[in-house]
Amino acid sequence: MLPMHRHVDTDLNDLKDLLLSMGGCVEKAIDEVHEGITKKSESHLAQVEKQEKLINELHTRVDEECLKFLAMQAPVASDLRLVLAVIKINTDLERMGDQTLNICYNGREFLRSTIEQVPKELDSMKKEVRFMVKSALDAFVRQDVELCKKVLNHDDIVDRYRNQIVDQLKTKLKSDPNNTDAYLNLIMIAKNMERLADHATNIAEDVIFVATGTDIRHGHEQIK
Amino acid sequence: MDGEVLKVEKLNAYFNDFHAVKDVDLSVNYHEVVALIGPSGCGKSTFIRCLNRLHEEVPGARCTGNVWLDGQNIYGKGVDPVVVRRNVGMVFQKPNPFPGLSIFDNVAVGLRLAGVTKKSVLSEAVEEALRKSALWTEVKDKLKKPGTGLSGGQQQRLCIARALAVKPPVILMDEPTSALDPISTAKIEELIVELKNDVTVVIVTHNMQQASRISGRTAFFLLGELIEYGKTSKIFTKPQNLKTEQYITGRFG
Repeated sequence: MLPMHRHVDTDLNDLKDLLLSMGGCVEKAIDEVHEGITKKSESHLAQVEKQEKLINELHTRVDEECLKFLAMQAPVASDLRLVLAVIKINTDLERMGDQTLNICYNGREFLRSTIEQVPKELDSMKKEVRFMVKSALDAFVRQDVELCKKVLNHDDIVDRYRNQIVDQLKTKLKSDPNNTDAYLNLIMIAKNMERLADHATNIAEDVIFVATGTDIRHGHEQIK
Repeated sequence: MDGEVLKVEKLNAYFNDFHAVKDVDLSVNYHEVVALIGPSGCGKSTFIRCLNRLHEEVPGARCTGNVWLDGQNIYGKGVDPVVVRRNVGMVFQKPNPFPGLSIFDNVAVGLRLAGVTKKSVLSEAVEEALRKSALWTEVKDKLKKPGTGLSGGQQQRLCIARALAVKPPVILMDEPTSALDPISTAKIEELIVELKNDVTVVIVTHNMQQASRISGRTAFFLLGELIEYGKTSKIFTKPQNLKTEQYITGRFG
């Protein structure tokens, strides 16, 4: 058999590009929300809302394109797995947009407080989350299973940071009751940041499914 | 019944020097629909024509190996090919009702050849076959009209009824819907799924979606070899062989 040019590849590449644009918006939203909180900057937080709107628009578009693709191309095997993964990753990215918006709202509340410093682990946690999101999207482009495994492993690091931050803030809640709201907002920020990592993990799991046909969800310990 | 209705062992088929089917082993269970897919010239039609000894009718054609039908080797010594063909019905790409015969006679022809003459028995069998092929309500009032007067889709269902009338354990279908419109195709597909209760179907198709819609297992042939045989749900979501993946996704042709 001879290799054949497939028009379907153009459609699949368009789908991938749309999803990556959405991923870019999520990455920007994470950066902006983190800057907004650590620098106590409303202008950065305003950018998050802008990105979230773009993410929602892309969310609808990706779904529409997937629906068209499924109806018109009736994909099978790796093509089918890819479209299925795009639909799922699309949902994850949209939720990630929502999480950044939640962080933004908690950030605004936090900005009103007199507390100047956020826990230093929040910075490290954000770096981990950004690494996971970027790597999951890179892995999607390259269908890189090894990179996916790295993403899965980093989820534990993010969980540890979240626990450290929450423990620290619980102590502060007791010792500094005047700033209860600010500490509670920071706890919510850490929790939402950790949820971002969970979505990046979902994406990595979906990419492994596309590349290998194996569903490793709910048991990715084996693949680590 | 459970277990294997057909068991093919080391089947090789030739047209003179051309080796069309190479060392194929394949089993089919009772009440199963098996789809054979693969590019044109890959040997899938030749393969099914070996399952009812039609292949040997072509001048210069021969085959080796064993095909067990209900535990009996159809290539065994003394086996009558006509009896084999009665037990393994066949439906072709183009509907081929017998010209000059009525709808009734088209269905009854196999039974008559088998020696059935009693009118009530014939009537009952014809009605049953036409009902099973989802044609009865459309033709019950014109059974004496010529079979060739029906539409293409109806003619194909008539051919299925003709094959069913002699109650074979297996029916082979060689691209039975490739000449039909989507509605007639859908009717035949529904029919095949229904027929599973009574008969085993082995179908050659170029329509991937058809294979995925109606079959329980799919066999992928390439250049005379059986490349992959497995659950249809697996073949169309996660084929094991790269060649299968490339063929069904249209990366090679």
